[in-house]
Amino acid sequence: MTHMIRALFALLILAVPARAEVDIQEVTSPGGIEAWLVEEHSIPFVALEISFRGGASLDDAGKRGATNLMTGLLEEGSGDMDSRAFAEAKQELATSIGFDIYGDSISVSSRFLTENMDASTDLIAASLTDPTFSEEAIERVRGQVISHLRSRATDPDDIAGDVMAAAAYGDHPYGRYLGGTVESVTALTRDDIVAAWRNAIARDRVYVAAVGDVTPEQLGALMDKVLGDLPENGKDFPPEVAFDPEPGVSVTDFDTPQSVARFGQPGMKITDPDFFAAFILNTVMGGSGFESRLMDEVREKRGLTYGIGTYMIDSDYTEALMGSFSTVNPRMAEAVGVVQDEWRKMAEEGITEEELEAAKLYLTGSYPLRFDGNARIAGMLVSMQMDGYSVDYPKTRNDKVNAVTLEEANRVAAELYDPDNLRFFVVGRPAELEPTVN
Amino acid sequence: MKRLIFACILTLVSVLPAAAQEVTDTVLDNGMDVVVIEDHRAPVVVHMVWYRAGGADEPAGKSGIAHFLEHLLFKGTDDMEPGEVHRVVAENGGSNNAFTSYDQTAYFERIAADRLELMMTMEADRMRDLILTEEDIKTERDVILEERATRTDNSPGALLNEQMQAALFMNHPYGTPLIGWRHEMETLNREDAMAFYRKYYAPNNAVLVVAGDVDPDEVIALAKKHYGPLEPTEGLEPRARPLEPVPLAPRRMTLTDDRVGQPYVIRNYIAPSRATGAQEEAAAIVYLSELLGGSSATSILGRALEFDQKLAVSTFTGYSAEALDLTTFTMGVVPAQGVTLEEAEAAMDAEIARMFEEGIDPEQFERIKTRIRANDVYARDSARGLANRYGRALTTGLTLEDVKAWPDVLQAVTPEDVLAVAEKVLQPTHSVTGYLVAPSLAPSLTPGGEEEVGQ
Repeated sequence: MTHMIRALFALLILAVPARAEVDIQEVTSPGGIEAWLVEEHSIPFVALEISFRGGASLDDAGKRGATNLMTGLLEEGSGDMDSRAFAEAKQELATSIGFDIYGDSISVSSRFLTENMDASTDLIAASLTDPTFSEEAIERVRGQVISHLRSRATDPDDIAGDVMAAAAYGDHPYGRYLGGTVESVTALTRDDIVAAWRNAIARDRVYVAAVGDVTPEQLGALMDKVLGDLPENGKDFPPEVAFDPEPGVSVTDFDTPQSVARFGQPGMKITDPDFFAAFILNTVMGGSGFESRLMDEVREKRGLTYGIGTYMIDSDYTEALMGSFSTVNPRMAEAVGVVQDEWRKMAEEGITEEELEAAKLYLTGSYPLRFDGNARIAGMLVSMQMDGYSVDYPKTRNDKVNAVTLEEANRVAAELYDPDNLRFFVVGRPAELEPTVN
Repeated sequence: MKRLIFACILTLVSVLPAAAQEVTDTVLDNGMDVVVIEDHRAPVVVHMVWYRAGGADEPAGKSGIAHFLEHLLFKGTDDMEPGEVHRVVAENGGSNNAFTSYDQTAYFERIAADRLELMMTMEADRMRDLILTEEDIKTERDVILEERATRTDNSPGALLNEQMQAALFMNHPYGTPLIGWRHEMETLNREDAMAFYRKYYAPNNAVLVVAGDVDPDEVIALAKKHYGPLEPTEGLEPRARPLEPVPLAPRRMTLTDDRVGQPYVIRNYIAPSRATGAQEEAAAIVYLSELLGGSSATSILGRALEFDQKLAVSTFTGYSAEALDLTTFTMGVVPAQGVTLEEAEAAMDAEIARMFEEGIDPEQFERIKTRIRANDVYARDSARGLANRYGRALTTGLTLEDVKAWPDVLQAVTPEDVLAVAEKVLQPTHSVTGYLVAPSLAPSLTPGGEEEVGQ
């Protein structure tokens, strides 16, 4: 029986191209909290992803790093448990609960055995609704954060990221590293931590997805338990900010054999009707692993770098085209020149029919491969909700990619790619690379 | 219509009981091992070819050649243009890459299950028919030198690790960096690459692992068709690297670098692997690592140094159980502000001494055991992870039986086993201790006057 189904299945696969066939259910809990669910009962565990919009962008003025430190404290004691009791409980249940902070969100990623669903979600509920924020834990985690900040201060990659963020976004929260500075983190009080918690952890900004051995009824009940007691509203979200550094090349002196470069220019919103055209252009330029123009020109033809990539940044409050690479000091000037040339070529000539087709094949073919494992799918389902997509998005997304025409792509290339507005941030001691801006 | 049927069948398959990951294996006539892992949850396949050759199999003076060759395998063959593998995989919506380790080099693709045969065609072609030009060598050598700069030269922590491994392994090639020493990498040439290739890239030195939505009989038939005709390397000898002498003295070093923002102390011990000792011994070291340095709030080092004594911002341990020869057990401390590396190291040693005196907390031991058992459930969520598990094991001297037995071996470990293995592994003479410091901190932090320091 099994074997017959398998054979039949294999035959059908040959006839049908791979599609993202996840069956997403929309679930609303008795208490009114919404989630996306994919039931997958073949392995007895559940991946549960909870995300709160806002994240580090909600830091109060002068309190950069408060939301980050608060997030690090959510697993350091809650209710009647201290850090140790919480950690021991997780181990006894073989449950993992990870709290991560991003520029625009806080995520709570958990994984638990079906048999331990109740006890595991009790732990998540306690950590979110009743964190202790003890002085002992604050000092300990503050020490970890400051240690991390000291390491970043001498890492050329991190320095490049910080220099770019400051030049591009100034006083907006995006302008400074989300962990804050040694000074700002040292000055944070327990009241600041509590304020950051009230700002960030609320029902008006929560997104939920579950994948695995769980039914809609079970999911509804556990969401009410985990999230039902949270306050309705958090802090207002920050304003939009344009990616707007002065164009040109800046060099930050740092004594290391290989320079690091970041580059960027204004981008495009994910809701823009031209987004999929831009997405394809970015794939051709530097977005598709080994098969991009920049990998070919900078690595394959000239051996100037181990890796170079470009990214479409579609954060909640800004959008940009960015990229990064590293190359030894004597060759950085040449590499910057190659990227500038490619940017100009894209703006002036666009892409070819062959490149368009190759990018479409890659993007449409690789999409179903992303639905790989319960935790990964849960993460994607939360992202889709936060981007405002509907549950049919995985089934229609490839059609949107395929609908882009060459004419459309090349119109967008001319409008979007702006070689005169491209800014490079180099950290290192590059030879013969003249900075044109500070 | 077809899509409707497809969806129905998918549902049926997904409710089949946990037979989801059945493992089938065979050996082709030319000596190539084949392992097939079924996972029918998504129409995707992972195709991997593992070679039993890595950095520790390099000839003396040619460090980095195994990894360099891995890069060069993406150049052309008699049937493929340079870069064709990447292009074809991308055009078919897949992703691909390769990696080199001390004991193995692996090439893999993830792609829609119906493209499996295409992957086999390409992977079989480049097993024997690689063509390299001088231009390929020159450009790609620049790329690996850039890679060394990114991974190692730009990172003081990586430089310290490189120095420590060279000191830890006095005779075995595990002491030579996988990426290569820069001065040797600069001289690697076409003949070096082709000599390594001809000897080791052969079906009788390879393991094929296919995991995903496939039928084992079909995979084996395809493997026979594409890999079966390949010529084995005659006279390939069993892998025997220079072995370590008995170490007689603890080794210490300090790496001072302007780019160090956060100093730390790290210690590496020589330790048995699953292949060199009994799997039981390696399993006990897995527990030792978890007990000493697992989660901050529950581990011995975390509890004492981070929570009780406030001497550390973090503590860590590490153990890689899969290695053909002896492997490394690592532990270390990132000290709190104002705490010297000597104080941090002394506190770490005091906790190890205390573990031997007081024994192991049985409750904590049970928690770790529970978690390790649950990992088997979670592992079934990733066909890629399972494929890696088999590929790595079969190229580090383990058998399929060893892989299948490993979960039970882990569950049979007792606290007494852990203490016994700790006594064997945690010997000062078997260790290298490294300090990573910034110049301004060096005078007060350098141990025992054996390094020259400013002032």
